[in-house]
Amino acid sequence: MSDTITKGPEAPSDDNGAKGAAKAQKPERVASLWSDALRDLRRNPVFIIGAVLVFCLLVISAVPQLFTDGSPFEGGACDLANSLQRPSAEHWFGFDVQGCDIYTRTVWGARNSVTVGVLTTLTVTVVGSLLGLLAGWKGGIVDSILSRFTEIFFSIPLLLGGMLIMSMLGTGNAYTVSLVMAVLGWPQIFRIMRASVLANKNNDYVMAARALGAGSGRITFRHILPNAIAPVIVVAAISLGVYIGAEAALSYLGIGVQPPQISWGLMISDAQPRFLNAPHVLLFPAAVLSVTVLAFIMLGDAVRDALDPKLR
Amino acid sequence: MGRYVIRRLIQAIPVLIGATLLIYALVHYLPGDPVQALAGEKRADPVVADMIREKYHLNDPFLVQYWNYITGVFQGDLGESLTGRSVSEMIGDAFPYTVNLALVAFVIEAVVGVAAGVMAALRKGKFLDQLVLISTLLVISIPVFVTGFVLQLVLGVKLKNDYGIEIFSVSFNEEDGLRAYLLPAFVLASMSLAYVARLTRTSLMETMRADYVRTAVAKGLKRRRVIGRHALRNALIPIVTFLGADLGGLMGGAVITERIFNIHGIGGLLAQSVYQKQGTIIVGVVTLLVLIYLITTLLVDLLYAVLDPRIRYE
Amino acid sequence: MTTVIEKNQKSGRLEVGTPLLEVKDLHVEFHTRDGVAKAVNGVNYSVAAGETLAVLGESGSGKSVTAQTIMGILDMPPGKISQGQILFRGQDMLAMKEEERRQIRGQKIAMIFQDALSSLNPVMTVGAQLGEMFRVHRGASKKEAREKAIELMERVRIPAARQRVGDYPHQFSGGMRQRIMIAMALSMEPDLIIADEPTTALDVTVQAQVMDLLAELQDEYNMGLILITHDLGVVADVADKIAVMYAGRIVETAPVHDLYARPAHPYTKGLLRSIPRLDQKGQELYAIKGLPPNLLKVPAGCAFNPRCDVATDLCRTEIPKLHQVTDKDGKELTGRRSACHLWKETLHG
Repeated sequence: MSDTITKGPEAPSDDNGAKGAAKAQKPERVASLWSDALRDLRRNPVFIIGAVLVFCLLVISAVPQLFTDGSPFEGGACDLANSLQRPSAEHWFGFDVQGCDIYTRTVWGARNSVTVGVLTTLTVTVVGSLLGLLAGWKGGIVDSILSRFTEIFFSIPLLLGGMLIMSMLGTGNAYTVSLVMAVLGWPQIFRIMRASVLANKNNDYVMAARALGAGSGRITFRHILPNAIAPVIVVAAISLGVYIGAEAALSYLGIGVQPPQISWGLMISDAQPRFLNAPHVLLFPAAVLSVTVLAFIMLGDAVRDALDPKLR
Repeated sequence: MGRYVIRRLIQAIPVLIGATLLIYALVHYLPGDPVQALAGEKRADPVVADMIREKYHLNDPFLVQYWNYITGVFQGDLGESLTGRSVSEMIGDAFPYTVNLALVAFVIEAVVGVAAGVMAALRKGKFLDQLVLISTLLVISIPVFVTGFVLQLVLGVKLKNDYGIEIFSVSFNEEDGLRAYLLPAFVLASMSLAYVARLTRTSLMETMRADYVRTAVAKGLKRRRVIGRHALRNALIPIVTFLGADLGGLMGGAVITERIFNIHGIGGLLAQSVYQKQGTIIVGVVTLLVLIYLITTLLVDLLYAVLDPRIRYE
Repeated sequence: MTTVIEKNQKSGRLEVGTPLLEVKDLHVEFHTRDGVAKAVNGVNYSVAAGETLAVLGESGSGKSVTAQTIMGILDMPPGKISQGQILFRGQDMLAMKEEERRQIRGQKIAMIFQDALSSLNPVMTVGAQLGEMFRVHRGASKKEAREKAIELMERVRIPAARQRVGDYPHQFSGGMRQRIMIAMALSMEPDLIIADEPTTALDVTVQAQVMDLLAELQDEYNMGLILITHDLGVVADVADKIAVMYAGRIVETAPVHDLYARPAHPYTKGLLRSIPRLDQKGQELYAIKGLPPNLLKVPAGCAFNPRCDVATDLCRTEIPKLHQVTDKDGKELTGRRSACHLWKETLHG
């Protein structure tokens, strides 16, 4: 029918053209997931509030001296004469049963809680991700063994396992608690990373990359990992808040951080017997704890909304 | 379907063995003298220590000890506490309280959670949705023991003292029957409730966008039917499975709630034995709870196959 | 033409010559974060009883959005109907209350979707989904509905219908699932069926079977059929007339044989050229250069101009209207229109 056959600059028929253009756009598309996410985050009030709070908390943990004079660990910090006094202008949170200034203790207690949260999350994310990546990518027997292994860990609830191990360990400080929670918590990240890798592994663009001669290791890490890591980040961000809450729970039960160190959970536990008479002793650390957990969870929530294209 | 069930059962066995082995190993291989741990806080008399070692077969190789323990478990013998009481008896006494608490909490969590989630999803973006989102966020963030105290204070004490209304008792009183469980169950359920609400919301929102929902609308069905008969049936699948798994978790999570309200359930028993460093009781209780968790997980998997026909034929 | 009128008379209340469905100057927009996309930009077409209209176009041409708007299943935020009328049996559906439209949906106008696997409820048996129509719209009992479902399945030639009525969608093959979708659309004996890419997801041989079935059923029930597709090969047998869409507009309409024999628009010409032919063996396949436009940034003038071999300056500045196509003597060719400044050259050249 036709005399000359005109060839387009890029691609032949409609279909291939679309695919070719899409392939060229692929690395762009992954990068744009992150830049889109960042753009959304900056505009999201939930994220901003959460981020500001978290930042303040981090600063308080690092340098509590900036926010209060005197340390609760010094000799003359507690004076029984002040026992159970209500909040006042100079002592914003009042005093506890031993006459210690609650505000000072709360500020100094931030360090333990935040440390546990951050340490646990970092450890869990690194270990869980690496193993999850390994299991998802290699598959086969490596995957089977790792998966069975994690199922065992999964069947032990965080709080119970924590109680069990901590009670046997005896020493309780921020590092032991982090370690224990990390040991019990990594399977969660492992599962997510593994599922993510499995989902992405069979994607067309991975096969396309392979067909172009990409070696398993490097280029496919560049393709799979950026996509797979998004759900991990979301869960990790939210888990941070959860871990802080869990540490407080363990300390509350008496098997987390041990005195004379300060933990908000411990403060709450100590305040419990006299709660009805002097509620401020319990409510202030409880409120600060809640705000902390809330801040991290808000952060995680905002990150998730930003990274999840389906919810747009 | 039968093949699926058998496969899951077989898969569960090594996990069961692994979990109990792990717990047992944790107790016995951690630093510290197990005898000292079992003896509690007092310094153990060498003669007594030897007796204890003999009694608990501590001189035998680890696997033998484990084997003895496991066979004992299957015969209902979970060992003895330091005061000589049978651990299984102690657990038997405490168990009913925890079960009741967990069941009431479960009902609250399921009913309120799903209802809130459905409403939020259907009114997406509007006031109700935002309200649900924010309140669940708050509930998830505020630790259980804080909500427990606050609710105790507000609903239990203030209502009674200031207004003379006594719906919820401050401390757990068995004679009140089911009413006594309401407040603690609500506290226990709170975090899961928030999670269920959010999960329902997300799940329903996603399902509403599915192709088959579009088909249902194209068939000229009323909106009510589209949501109830088509969308919800699919959306509820992940929620039901979560609820099932959570039931097992509720029993474990009751630890804190029981301590706040002073309920003599398994959680209370556990907390007490931790404080008293009574290793046998701890191991017994935790083993039981893990077993329950594994069983509920298995049941949930089977339930999932019932709800989603696509799974049955794999 | 005579046949069409005869068929019209068969369907009863319809006056001779009144089209069953008329889309008039429809404009549908989508308000996105990045701007307003005009998915449907002034579309007019009509279907009579017993007639098959094929709507042809690439993805993004607006063909599916138009169909969904007719059905009333478009997501209204972010979609918005900014202008136009959709007349069904002479009445404007866009002016109706939702409850009235719902009565038409599924019973008078039915739709068949592209991917039958995702378009069927995975947790409901096929029998239940088919029977649902009877239970809801006709008040049938469970048993009656089941019988009707089996009847329908047999009508669309699904083997062992009675045994398989309790099966789930994923247990059927792709072709059979599509037949089930057809059965569901047929169940209330609608006046009009809209089939949105019914065969795209199927193998070629299965495609032919499904299209044959559709044609047969259409004849039997004297329904109007709007067939939406991007595949010219599928359409030739079944369609009476074709409307070609591009970037939200109709660029050419013609009776089916005329379109294939003598297209009057460069886009149509390009589409026809891209169909692989047996006598092309050893030669490079032709494809229209470039890609369909981003609906947020439609080119000025004729939307097709960047990809057009014969585009002139006029094409780049002025949007062509739908010209009535005439033959060399100036006689109007019925049913033929082309939205091209150079339609004469394209047709006769």
